[in-house]
Amino acid sequence: MTPRERALNAPAGVEPCAGQRDGCERCGGLARERFPILRRAVHGLPLVYLDSAATSQKPEQVIGAEARYYREHNANVHRGMHALAAEATDLYEQCRRRVGRFLGVTRPEQVVTLRGATAALNLAAGGLAHRLRPGDEILVTGMEHHANLVPWIALARREGLVLRHLPVTDGGELDLGRLPDLLTDRTRVVALTHVSNVLGTINPVAEIAAAAHRRGALVVVDAAQSVGHLPVSFAGLGADLLAFSAHKCYGPMGLGFLVGTPEALAMLEPVEFGGEMIETVTMDAATWAAVPLRFEAGTPHVAATAAFPAALDLVEEFTVERLRTHEISLTGYAWERLSALGGLKLHGPADPAARGGLISFHDPQLHAHDLAQLLDARGVAVRAGHHCAQPLHRRLGVAATARASFGLYNSHDDVDALVEGIRYARSVFGT
Amino acid sequence: MSTGMDDLYREVILDHHRRPRGSSALAHPDAEAAGKNPSCGDELTLQLACDGDRIREASVVTRGCAIATASGSILAELVVGRTLDEARRLADAFRAVLHDPEGELPDDLAPGDLDALLGVRQFPMRVKCAVLPWITLTEAVAARHEGRVAAETTTEA
Repeated sequence: MTPRERALNAPAGVEPCAGQRDGCERCGGLARERFPILRRAVHGLPLVYLDSAATSQKPEQVIGAEARYYREHNANVHRGMHALAAEATDLYEQCRRRVGRFLGVTRPEQVVTLRGATAALNLAAGGLAHRLRPGDEILVTGMEHHANLVPWIALARREGLVLRHLPVTDGGELDLGRLPDLLTDRTRVVALTHVSNVLGTINPVAEIAAAAHRRGALVVVDAAQSVGHLPVSFAGLGADLLAFSAHKCYGPMGLGFLVGTPEALAMLEPVEFGGEMIETVTMDAATWAAVPLRFEAGTPHVAATAAFPAALDLVEEFTVERLRTHEISLTGYAWERLSALGGLKLHGPADPAARGGLISFHDPQLHAHDLAQLLDARGVAVRAGHHCAQPLHRRLGVAATARASFGLYNSHDDVDALVEGIRYARSVFGT
Repeated sequence: MSTGMDDLYREVILDHHRRPRGSSALAHPDAEAAGKNPSCGDELTLQLACDGDRIREASVVTRGCAIATASGSILAELVVGRTLDEARRLADAFRAVLHDPEGELPDDLAPGDLDALLGVRQFPMRVKCAVLPWITLTEAVAARHEGRVAAETTTEA
């Protein structure tokens, strides 16, 4: 069975994407007409946007909701007695509830509204510092984005902790055989990504979380690449803390969340201090507001919270299962076509059902930056570089890869444009 | 080609990329510097062997894109036979002209194939690639003047 046939057949019981349902092998993308940016040209050519893992594009409904907030409701949250302040606060708190519902979280207080996944992971790491002692161990993995690695490196350096990592196999998966050795009775935190932003690998988070919990460790999950792209249940993953950003999930930039169990959130000390996060302040003492407000110092990005529910509405309109099927179909097709080109090294698992909607690859004859530059000349937007995962690239033995990543709006034609673009780049370089 | 690709990837640049000059490490360098572009991961090692103040041999070993590799190759070709100060003046002139859309390299510096690299000015994100070997050269010259053999620098410095 080819990867695409496998993609078309899996996962079982899920409604196929629009193109396949209409009896067409090729899919023209979902809801494209709602994403105004997809109508623009780049260098006089139609934009082929294959960089959704860096940030997804935004539908009209999200753009409109953010603009409407500033036109009709703008005020600071929580403190005002006037009508606009009440409306702004209501929108801000509605978003919290909406995010909680989306991830199957029962209490809105379990959702902390922050600047992005990076801020959320920094809160997780910094907030746990006071509970850790020199010699305590943090376990990360060899495929973390710097956002879920560097905060732990900094914490380990500051508190004298031991940082260990679960290595990546040659097949691009976590080496679970090493887990029993690496989890010790000093392990306090296991921090791992749900979906690798380079390899695409979907990690068995629930299994690792169960093993971590047996050792009494806290589990912190970076779900930046998974929320909105594959089904994510907070409880199903077994996470104690989970971080993600709105902007990779068709929502606005400048907004992300730390979702946690009440117990885990209660363990965290705030890492930012100021307005909004206090209960009582005297000239020389302060007490903290309740969770989650104690983690939300300063004026938040209220406009983004007013807009993000529209992005989640879009995902739920199609259902995340159907979006997932669509991304599997595109990823399988892209894997097949990129493999057929020859001379490319594709990274991560070959089975599209075992990976998120992205493929990183490199051509030993053509540096990823040159490739991305030449693809851009053809209107094809891909990312090139280390994708904020330098240790993983060292493990792969390559300084930079090119990455094509998909969203619901991408089509099989977009994959064809990528392949044609690579042919063009090779013709320029005479390889 | 469209969109300035023929300005960026001129044939002479592609030729330097395919067959980089001076790309073998020197056995006995008098000065050496490592250069890094942290934003993209490109790295290179530049070595100079000198007779007094005059550069006898130069080597640039690049792990990076075609622009960085070609720039290093052109550098290795151009600096041989120049004094350290002349090489540094060439580096200064090239770095200045990259940030001046109308600027030209003075003929009296004998810039050779370096003119072909000026196409990167249309691509601000690639200027760092072209600059990397030259800031590394400046660092190596400074190290030589201070009596050190090894130095390192980055495009963020």
